[in-house]
Formats: sequence, C-alpha cells, structure tokens
Amino acid sequence: MAKVTVDGIEVEIANGSSVLQAAEAAGKEIPRFCYHERLSVAGNCRMCLVEIEKIPKPVASCGQPVADGMVIFTDTENVRKSRRGVMEFLLINHPLDCPICDQGGECDLQDEAVSYGRDTSRYDENKRAAAQPDWGPLVKTTMTRCIHCTRCIRFSTEIAGVPELGATARGENMQVGTYVEKALSSELSGNLIDLCPVGALTSKPYAYTARSWELRKTDSVDILDAVGANIRIDARGAEVLRILPRLNDDVNEEWLGDKSRFSVDGLKRRRLDRPWLRENGKLRAASWEEAFAAIADKIKTAAPDRIGAIAGDLADTESLLALKEMFQSLGSPNLDCRQDGAVFDTAQRGFYLFNTSIAGIEEADALLIIGSNPRHEAPVLNARIRKRWLAGNFEAGLIGAPHDLTYATAHIGLGPDAITSLLDGTHPFAEILKAAKKPMLILGAGALARPDGAAIHAAAWKLAVQFGMLNDDWHGFNMLHHAAARVGALDIGFLPGPGGKSTAQMLGGGTDILWLLGADSLDMQAIGADTFVIYQGHHGDAGAARADVILPGAAYTEKDGTYVNTEGRVQQGFIAVKPPGDAREDWRILRAISAYMGHALRYDTLQELRAHLAQAYPSFALTGELRRLAGTNLTAPAGDPAAVSAAPFAPVLKNYYQTDPISRASPTMAACVAAHYPALAEAAE
Amino acid sequence: MNTHTEPTDFVFDEIAQAAATKAIARYPAGKQASAVMALLDIAQRQMERLTGSAWVPRAAMDVIAQLLGIASVRVYEMATFYTMYNTKPVGKFHLQVCTTTPCWLRGSDEVVASCKKVSGIEDFGQTSADGLFTMTEVECLGGCVNAPILQINDNYYEDLDATRTEALLNGLKSGAPLPPAGSSIGRQASAPVTNQTALLNNAKLVE
Repeated sequence: MAKVTVDGIEVEIANGSSVLQAAEAAGKEIPRFCYHERLSVAGNCRMCLVEIEKIPKPVASCGQPVADGMVIFTDTENVRKSRRGVMEFLLINHPLDCPICDQGGECDLQDEAVSYGRDTSRYDENKRAAAQPDWGPLVKTTMTRCIHCTRCIRFSTEIAGVPELGATARGENMQVGTYVEKALSSELSGNLIDLCPVGALTSKPYAYTARSWELRKTDSVDILDAVGANIRIDARGAEVLRILPRLNDDVNEEWLGDKSRFSVDGLKRRRLDRPWLRENGKLRAASWEEAFAAIADKIKTAAPDRIGAIAGDLADTESLLALKEMFQSLGSPNLDCRQDGAVFDTAQRGFYLFNTSIAGIEEADALLIIGSNPRHEAPVLNARIRKRWLAGNFEAGLIGAPHDLTYATAHIGLGPDAITSLLDGTHPFAEILKAAKKPMLILGAGALARPDGAAIHAAAWKLAVQFGMLNDDWHGFNMLHHAAARVGALDIGFLPGPGGKSTAQMLGGGTDILWLLGADSLDMQAIGADTFVIYQGHHGDAGAARADVILPGAAYTEKDGTYVNTEGRVQQGFIAVKPPGDAREDWRILRAISAYMGHALRYDTLQELRAHLAQAYPSFALTGELRRLAGTNLTAPAGDPAAVSAAPFAPVLKNYYQTDPISRASPTMAACVAAHYPALAEAAE
Repeated sequence: MNTHTEPTDFVFDEIAQAAATKAIARYPAGKQASAVMALLDIAQRQMERLTGSAWVPRAAMDVIAQLLGIASVRVYEMATFYTMYNTKPVGKFHLQVCTTTPCWLRGSDEVVASCKKVSGIEDFGQTSADGLFTMTEVECLGGCVNAPILQINDNYYEDLDATRTEALLNGLKSGAPLPPAGSSIGRQASAPVTNQTALLNNAKLVE
C-alpha cells in the first residue's frame, strides 16, 4: 500500500494504482476521455493532467503510478490552465454540431467543455473532416467528431476479442476505423456507443430519436438471453426508445449484447394488443369476456390429463407460478418449461445452474465447453471467459462445432462421445483438467434437446466429479441456459408432475387443450391438428399463428417481473411503459381466468404473489444476490453416462440476432442478419 | 479516391519467402509480430520486382497478418503509418522530395518544380501519365547537411538544384538506369563543399 496525499486528503491505495485512481479514492473528480477502468491505459487524451510535488510539469494521472508519499494536486491554477489547453486542442478539429449530434446531453466532451472550454475559438484554419464509414446496422459513425481516444479500438481488441478496429495513417490524417469497410462482427459492438466519449459512434437505430433528458429511466433485467444482464430502459411516453446496460460487476460488468440492446424496436411491432378468437378457421378480434368464455367452455369439457401447458423462453416467474397453480387446481400434471423438448434430471438445483457463477469464472484455471457456443448464447458471459483467458494460466477445451470464441480453445470432438474420451483419459485435454486446481465445465442447455440428452447430462456430471470440479469450496459444474425464463421455471417446478406429460408427449395429439405461455420456438406443425391452442403472449409470432384463442400479454418492459438467470440469481425488473391496447400483465390474465373458471388463485396483488413465491420456493427470498452452491452433493443426475451417442452437437442458435419473438419482430435485428448471415436472410425472403 | 485495383490474392515468391523466414527468425518465440515491418518491406520489394511498382496491396497485408498470427488491422495500421510503405501503386521511379525546413531553405521548391516539369505531374501524390514517376512529399530524410534531397526508390540524390534535377530525371526518362546515389556536386559524403576546413594541422587525421 502506498500513502499519498491528494489535495490535502491522505489516502492509502494499493501499489501499482494510478494517480487517477488515488484521486478518485480521495473523492476528487478527474476529467478523462481516453481512460476507462476496464480498458488498458492509453494516456493519449491528456485531459487528466494533475500536478505532483517534485515533478516539474503536469502529469497525465491515468498513466502515472502512485509512489509512497506522493503529494498530488488536482485543482491548482496550473492544472486548470493545462486542462484548458488540452481542451482547446481537442476542440480545434471537433465540429460545433452539438445541436444535431445524438450524443448531445450525454457527451463527455460537452460536459468537460463547460468546465474547461473557452467561450470562443482562436482557430481560424479549416477543420479536419473525415469520411463516414459504414460499420453495419448498429453503430453509426461520424468520424469528424472523433477525438482519437482509441477506447473503441481497445474495447474491440481487449474485451470483445474481435480486433477489427485500428488507427490507420498518422498525424492529422489518423483515422479510427476498420480500414477495409465492413460491418463490425462482434456481438458486443453496441458497447462502443457507450464507450465513445463524443458523438463519433452513436446508435444507428436510435439516431435523431430523442434527447437524453426527455427519457424516463427504469431499471430492469434483460431477458433475451439467460445471463440476466442489468439494464436501464429509457422510455418516452408509451414507447421504449432504447436499452442501455447498467453496472453490475457480478453479472454483466457494464456490457450488454447487441441483441439485448437493439431488439427494442421489436417491442412495438407485431404486438398482440387485444384478444383474438379463431372462428371457422379465421382469427377475429374478440373481447376478454369472449376469450375467457371460449377457454372455460373447452376446459370444462376436457379431461384434466388431456390439457397441458408449455412455457416459453421469456416468461416471468410470477406468471409461470400462476399458470402452474391454475393447472394444479384444474388437476392437470401436464406442464413443461422446456419447449425445445430437452429432458434432464432437475432434482437438485446444482444440476441445472451455472454454479461457478459468472464472476467465479475469473477464479477458474481450466474450462471445458460442451455443446455450447457461449459467444452466441451468452455474449457477455463469453466476454468474462475471455477476460479470464487474457489473464493467463487458463486452458479451454471445446466439444461441439468449432467456433471462434475469441479465446483459444482446444477442440476435443464434435459429439458427446468426446466426453467419453476425456473420462477414460485417452484425450490429452484430460491431463489439463486433471492438473487444474479449479476446473469448470459449461454444458449448453440447448445441447440436451436430443434423445441422449439425459445421458449427456449424466456424462458431464460424471466428468465433473472425476476431475475434481466438485468440492467444498468450488462447484465447477455449469449449465448454460439461453432462455431467460428457464431457470425460474425449473426452480418452481414448471415440469411434468406425477404421471404428467413432457413437451414431446403433449405435442402430436397428446393433449386436447394446449396452453402456450409465450412458447414460440416449438414446432407448431407437431401440435395435434385437433388440439385447441391457447396462446398467451405479447407478439404475433409462431404461437399466435397456430392459436385458437390469443390472450395478449405484456412484454418484459411492460411488467414488474422476477427472472432467474443461468446462475440462479433472482432479479427483478420494473415496469417502464404500459402494455399496448387491451394487453395485460400475464399473471393478472391468469388470475382473472382462474376466477372465471371458479378456481380463483389465492393472490390478488403482485405483492401477495411474490410473498407466496418466496414462501413456497425459498430461493426466491433473496433478490439480486447470489449464494453460490458448494459442490458437496455428489449425487449424480439420472441418466446413463455411457449411453451418449456420437452424433455431433447441432448449434443451439441458428443465428445470434433472432432467437425469440421480440428479436424476430425487430427490423434492426433483421438488418443484422442480412449483414452477418446473408444466406439466412435470403432464405427468409 | 481509390482508383487503383487491388489484387485479390498475394503469395510470397521464393526470394521473398526466404527473406521473410530470415526476418521472422530474428525475433524470439512469441514475438514474431515484430517482423511486421520487415515483411511489409519484403512484400513491397516483391511487388517492385514482379510488377515494377513498389507497393503493398491489401492482400499482402492480410497474408502477413496470417503469417504472424496477428489481426489484419494491426498490419493496416503499420502500413499506413509509415510513409515508406506505399498502399497505392507508384511509378517505376518514386520521387520522394523532402520539403522540411533545411531542404526548403536550400531550395527544395526548385527540386519540386523540376520534378513537375520533367514528369508532367501536377501535384504531390500523383503518378505521371507514362507511369514512370510518382511524386511524394516526405518529411525530413535526415540528410540535411547535403540538402536539398530527392530520394528516388532507395537512393538519395543530394545537393540538387533545378538543372541537376532535370538532368537526372531526363536521364531516367530516356531509359537510363538509376545513377549511383550521393551528392550531385561530387561532394565526398557530407564533407564541406569548400573542402576540408577543420583539423587542418592534424596530419594523422588528414591522412
């Protein structure tokens, strides 16, 4: 520890910290453009100048390490003068176009210019102008505004692991860009917009939409993958305009995947804003009363074991619980939350959670990925693995189709038979796992949607036990989900009850009445032709097209909801806008229809429902925090580890950008597919 | 701006490959990326040998990136930062005129004018119609003692004035090979023009 004095305040700070960090520890704000906590230090903007005793000239505090006894001044006349000088140089080539710049109002340069800018310019020459390269459908470039801080270059190289950006040419001709014009291929490219301290990189879909001060900000949780990234929903009036990441070091740090950020325009397209009824093969608009009557009539006459419910990927836990308890009161055990048809043992939470936790990845020293592409299924989590890999002494292996995961992986095999080659030690990667102190494995939940799913689950668990991934202070068995609703649904047992039917059994005429709670990724053709389908959800996607009754629900931005991420972390999102038209929050719909059918659920408010949830399932008592499980229970999941087949793992997601009703409705995501998967986009047309 | 056509692929030929292997071997294991500047030069010389125009096409930069295991953009950064790499085709004779203060004081404007006159080029960065000359403005070549300097391909031509520049370029235009590099007024290295002025009584040194 080094003892330093900042403006007379004495602080103690770890050796190797920078003067800037010391100043922050003392509560002093240092202006900066190029410095960012999570990126390497570049020291090229010179805005963070401070004075240090015994050093004759002002020093860039971001790159200056502290020394014991250092006396730092952050607010002397000399410091202010130096920063004003730096600011003047930065503004020499920066256009004065704040009124038409989307960064206006949330621009670091604008803010600092208030403190350090001159009121007039002394510069009479022509300003530098730069081309506006096309970086794809998400990031809009106005490189004339670029102040060459190189944050975007460092982010794409270090965090995203897709080194496409660089600084080409030199001096006044220096350009930040890709050199060869192309769309950014990172799933984290939206973060460049947040990182850019000026208006050089702004959001293309959000261009000229709103000013930051017009927006109503609501904290929420992202549900387009199972990471549960913390987000801020910015809305104006009844419309959600954009979604930004919120800081949470345990989950997403300050990053957000592109799908989660830019699918927002899908929230106002293809919405179900009133109930619909199918009559003579055609859907017609109906009232809630008519829809309820149609459902109640059908359910009254059906045998309880001939009705079933399948939950989709975006459902909140409250509505899942309401639906489950409604079905219990109807006497039906036919429930399943795994619309992909995966069947695996869920007797212990440890069987289906990401037990190591996302932050825990940084403690691991070896990783085995089985049947998953975390770059697509959980890009923010993948960035965490890359962060661990960059720190060194970390080996990763991959079983499944080879991908560029942004870190080096040893490719072990294409199918689950490769697990066997590790179990019997014939593959050299077994030695790496054996030597590791804290090895972990990631089993893709989507990879279990195949006949030998339970066997793969059991084989992966056996591998974890055999290679010491489970012990008192380390749980290295992880399942990576890609559906935000999945873990919450598994936690409350939204699963076939005794004698109940699973997803596969409910399809193909296995039920007379099928309730789809936002389930759109099923094969709708596989539902029996005579099955009466009730679709409760918010988008007119595959499920609504097949439905006989449509109940319009609320999207995640339109309701207070509890979601459990892949780690088992319970998080709550808040309502940002009202659902459109006659649409209602999903648990309310279920509460209403249960009363209509004479089996009223016993909660009238969300508070009562949540209290009931926490009481019935104690894991819901704690929100936001995560209690990591210890790997003490070695009971193996059901399934024969030897029964795995050699069939290669198929990719879980065909493409990253369109995976659910919201992103499928989003024109921005469609543009991304066209840019990155031209073959898929053509097939869709 | 980019009116030239980029070749779609690039392969190191035998000579270049040998040179590249040698250049990469200079660096310790894991630090091969350091060879990027040498490889760019080798690629540029191969282009000169094969096409008569010394430049590095983008395909060559990609090949180098792959060879060194670094991102292509890292090579683009290098190639565009240094003026010694041409990212566009240049003429057979690349006229690199130094116009930095010492050369300018010693008459680089004359050299520029002569270059324009002989080649027919109107401004820096252009290539003459016959494809023989490309004129580039460069910063200090580090030969200020013998200013003004005109670098043609690898050779420095020093102590130039309008007449001597024109003679030099007219020679090249008529198909003569590049004359030996050095002072155009017969100066020995960078010794004083007026012969030796110092250390006159030190017999040993004079010898």
